[in-house]
Amino acid sequence: MADSATKIDMGKKPAVQDSVPAREPTVIVDDVHIVYRVHGAGSGKGSATSAISRIISRKRASGVREVHAVRGISFTAYKGEAVGLIGSNGSGKSTMLAAIAGLLPTERGGIYTNGQPSLLGVNAALMNELTGERNVVLGCLAMGMSPAEVRSRYEEIVDFSGINDKGDFISLPMRTYSSGMGARLRFSIAAAKTHDVLLIDEALATGDQAFQQRSKARINELRKAAGTVFLVSHDNSSIREVCERTIWIEHGELVMDGPTEEVVSAYERGERPQH
Amino acid sequence: MSTVSEPASLSAPRGADAGLTPKQLADKYGLAVSGRRPSLVQYVRQLWARRHFIWAFATARLVAQYTDAKLGQIWQVVTPLLNCAVFYLVFGVILSNKDDFPYYIAWLCIGVFVFQFTQSAVQAGTRAISDNLGLIRALHFPRASLPIAFTVIQLQQLLISMVVLVVVVIANGIEPGRTWLLVAPALVLQSMFNTGVALIMARIGAKTSDISQLIPFAMRAWLYMSGVMYSIQDRIDNWPKWVQVVMTINPASVYMDLVRHAFAPIIYNKHEAHYQKLPAHLWTYGIGWAVVMLVIGFVFFWKAEEEYGRG
Repeated sequence: MADSATKIDMGKKPAVQDSVPAREPTVIVDDVHIVYRVHGAGSGKGSATSAISRIISRKRASGVREVHAVRGISFTAYKGEAVGLIGSNGSGKSTMLAAIAGLLPTERGGIYTNGQPSLLGVNAALMNELTGERNVVLGCLAMGMSPAEVRSRYEEIVDFSGINDKGDFISLPMRTYSSGMGARLRFSIAAAKTHDVLLIDEALATGDQAFQQRSKARINELRKAAGTVFLVSHDNSSIREVCERTIWIEHGELVMDGPTEEVVSAYERGERPQH
Repeated sequence: MSTVSEPASLSAPRGADAGLTPKQLADKYGLAVSGRRPSLVQYVRQLWARRHFIWAFATARLVAQYTDAKLGQIWQVVTPLLNCAVFYLVFGVILSNKDDFPYYIAWLCIGVFVFQFTQSAVQAGTRAISDNLGLIRALHFPRASLPIAFTVIQLQQLLISMVVLVVVVIANGIEPGRTWLLVAPALVLQSMFNTGVALIMARIGAKTSDISQLIPFAMRAWLYMSGVMYSIQDRIDNWPKWVQVVMTINPASVYMDLVRHAFAPIIYNKHEAHYQKLPAHLWTYGIGWAVVMLVIGFVFFWKAEEEYGRG
């Protein structure tokens, strides 16, 4: 009885109860610390001889600075969840996503994932000198689709990206695309496959209204297919629309982890919860 | 009765899993450490599943490579021919090697084209990872696809140059014969060798971008020591034994000699003063280099699979 009452209270969002059956975790982040080692700003590439001298000198001069970007974050995400990550610039959100994707080694702690997470960042360029068409085909093949599968999905991916809405842009090299067009095409390619864990880092911010609506719908489909979606965004309204759970990170530490409405409102008011 | 004011954590495991540590929870549901590299067998299987990607990537890159140059892919053939012309002038005419060799032009061009095949594989391999970080970070696929695809590009380019080479060889007065069929297995072996080297260079180049500055030096030294434009065997007779051994098993010389012999056995079979005879062990060396480098290169590259794209 109590169970159903809570469900009504919280609308379609899942109820949090001790009595409900166990959920299947997809991402477990266990007390993770991430340290960047930044090598001193090196001079540009010179002649071959200066390269030798730099190789020799680097062993002696170690101008390495350590940046402790993530300090002991722990959380567990489950199947079918869409989790928002919020926090000010440089708080460690993108670092966290890159580490979940396996692109950054952890200094301490462990990250466990179900399958291989895919990270979709705003800067992730594909093959710029190739046409959009080639990028779609190669991207799908790289993700492991068969050539027949690629042929059958091709139209759908191009339509989804909306690249051809204003003329035949898909046959132009990707370097001629605006940043928004590039981001749209990349998202469309990556979203064509069902991912166990999809990590989206601001990738939707550059798309226009119509595209954002389509991508939100696609994220919901991915969740229904038992995937887990992480979304980093500075646009609180899209976090509210897409995610039912939100994690607030500040200075590499977890400030708050809870239902989106609570966390985002606290974030907007600038209130840190009392511990 | 539980109180309503205490918000339950969305993170904590519920039901039967309540109380498990993160590690135990991960073990229970079979979650793996993020970014851990697959086993060698899994890796080979993943790579085989990407064969269409490798081929399509190579073809697309080959077409796009010269889109900025007005003459397009013609450069693919003109560059080695210009190299041949310079070598012919310096080593053939000025250092008068051409008098020692019958069919010197054919002999030289085969050497230059074959060496170029390995040279460009090394250069492309070095940049295979570092030039494609965007792709690596955006999509997930076995990274060895990239150095292998770049070797396929070199192979496709070589097939184009082979047409020109055949014209040069025939124009130089060598008649096509049955031994020409041996060119194919020799190039297959060289491609395997190149793939292994490209994989090794890709891992090194991914970590140490400075290496690309040293490559031109290394390749030039290798070029001059491999006997591309003069016969190295004639010069090392009085050298220490180990130098002779190194010079004999030098893979660049091995593949060059195999192709030269296949194209123009006439250069090798006459038992006269300066003519060389193809030693029987060359095919063994060729096969050995191909298999050993491919295996070593593949394992060496796979060992760092999880690290490509980091940083």
